[in-house]
Amino acid sequence: MFSDKAKEEIQQVLKKYPNRRSGVMDVLRIAQRERGGHLVKEDMEEIARILGMQTVEVNASAAFYTMYNVEKPVGKYHIQVCRNISCLLLGAENLIKHMERELNIRVGETTPDKKFTLSTVECLGSCGTAPMMQINDDYYENLTAEKIDKILKDLK
Amino acid sequence: MEKILLKNLGRPGFHTIDSCLVNGGYNGLTEAFKHAPESIIQMVKDSGLRGRGGAGFPTGLKWSFIPKDPTIQKYLCCNADEGEPGTFKDRGIMENDPHLLIEGMIIASYAIGASVSYIYIRGEFVFGTRRLEAAIKEAYEKGFLGKNILGSGFSHDMYIHRGFGAYICGEETALLESIEGYRGQPRKKPPFPALSGLYGKPTVINNVETLACVPAIIEKGPKWFSSIGPEKSPGPKIFCVSGHVKKPGLYELPLGTTMRDLIFDHCGGMLNEGRGLKAVIPGGVSAPMLNAHELDTPLDFDSLAAKGSMLGSGAVVVMDESTCMVKTALIINRFFSHESCGKCTPCRDGTPWLTNILKRIEYGNGRPGDVELLESLCTNIFGRTFCPLGDGAVMALRGALKNFRDEFQHHIDHKRCMVS
Repeated sequence: MFSDKAKEEIQQVLKKYPNRRSGVMDVLRIAQRERGGHLVKEDMEEIARILGMQTVEVNASAAFYTMYNVEKPVGKYHIQVCRNISCLLLGAENLIKHMERELNIRVGETTPDKKFTLSTVECLGSCGTAPMMQINDDYYENLTAEKIDKILKDLK
Repeated sequence: MEKILLKNLGRPGFHTIDSCLVNGGYNGLTEAFKHAPESIIQMVKDSGLRGRGGAGFPTGLKWSFIPKDPTIQKYLCCNADEGEPGTFKDRGIMENDPHLLIEGMIIASYAIGASVSYIYIRGEFVFGTRRLEAAIKEAYEKGFLGKNILGSGFSHDMYIHRGFGAYICGEETALLESIEGYRGQPRKKPPFPALSGLYGKPTVINNVETLACVPAIIEKGPKWFSSIGPEKSPGPKIFCVSGHVKKPGLYELPLGTTMRDLIFDHCGGMLNEGRGLKAVIPGGVSAPMLNAHELDTPLDFDSLAAKGSMLGSGAVVVMDESTCMVKTALIINRFFSHESCGKCTPCRDGTPWLTNILKRIEYGNGRPGDVELLESLCTNIFGRTFCPLGDGAVMALRGALKNFRDEFQHHIDHKRCMVS
């Protein structure tokens, strides 16, 4: 399941800790990336084998942390819009509605072409440049409806 | 005031080790190695530095709890799981001045005798993680990390552990559980981490900003540090200002700066001239909000505690007259119920219950007696939860109810908002 590059990364991860179990979060992250944004049961079994854990224990970790998308495929671009206080004060709600209209999906859904998934998330720690969102690894800040249109167009 | 923590903010390119060294980086570490570990702890004690993560515990005292037996493995963990809504200071330090944090961590590790440290950084901070990874690599190459650092005989390895979306991992024992590969749920205390922490070994957990204060304390001396700000809350502090102000952002100022000075002097005042200030959350959403009459409160641990609030993470969220406090309370409470780890009943069941009631009040379906029901639930959650997350939810809601109870009642009585 893991590519050679991923296997090498996992070896590096295991060097950081006195036991293998501590590597579970990193290895889950690597597995999610390898699968293109989500995790399936098979991944948990493989990770359990690598780390000498029970599958149910790997599952427990994956289910606890919100950034692991367990059995929940996401689009090529995962748009995560902050819905917490600082962004809300500066109009995040309208921007979320705007994006729902533009993408023609509701929060939590993926476009039929599997390109965009729209999610709302709690504070991403970019409150001085609110409203903001994260698309895959990158932050987009000081958003307006016009700015969002341009960002989405560039990604389309 | 000379900037210590944010000196690189707005200076692209200054995060690399070369420019760091030109600008006096790692001077604190060189100085530290001239002293015994014990004296480093004493210097930090003398400086009066208090933890910048929220609780304000004296840092030197925390370090002094670590057993001195050199045969015992010890750990330092840096809490970079910055998640308190409104807070973005640690990200500011890690992205702009990663070597400041690394230097502080090496000094702290030397003081407590830790041969390994972990930086627990929240998963969403991808850019910050890359910056830190590159900086740690540079530090190894220059001999600031690894075996026999600068010929001192002290060896140290530093690793990054990435969180993956769980606010609760900012609670120190949940953070340790998370590094060990378990669900991030808080541990019972005692034993405290200083005696039994990571992998059951003595462990210090410090916030990013706390550790970033350390190099300057060693280089410039504890007296210099304690001369800044109030006697009992000394030192520079990063305030994260967001919301309805003209110039939101990070501000490094002495502790004790008043909210009025911060908002109207440093941040250029309110965003919309026509709208006055209604309320301020002074220290992240767990800190009860203060109203417009309390603007002259100094932002430091003790002054805010005296007002029934707290300095917390130093996240100052400014709200103008157009802000609906029911909605604000709902958004904040929803956050806590979303982040409740599920370990204890009052928090796991109590916070979503509060959210449901707030939701119905906000959407015009509030029932007579709902305000009293909220208050009764608060009483039954506060002080009865395993960790402070549930308390945070209650403190935030109580702050809103104390100052703006009539708005909640108006929502219930008239099925609509008072302000918009």
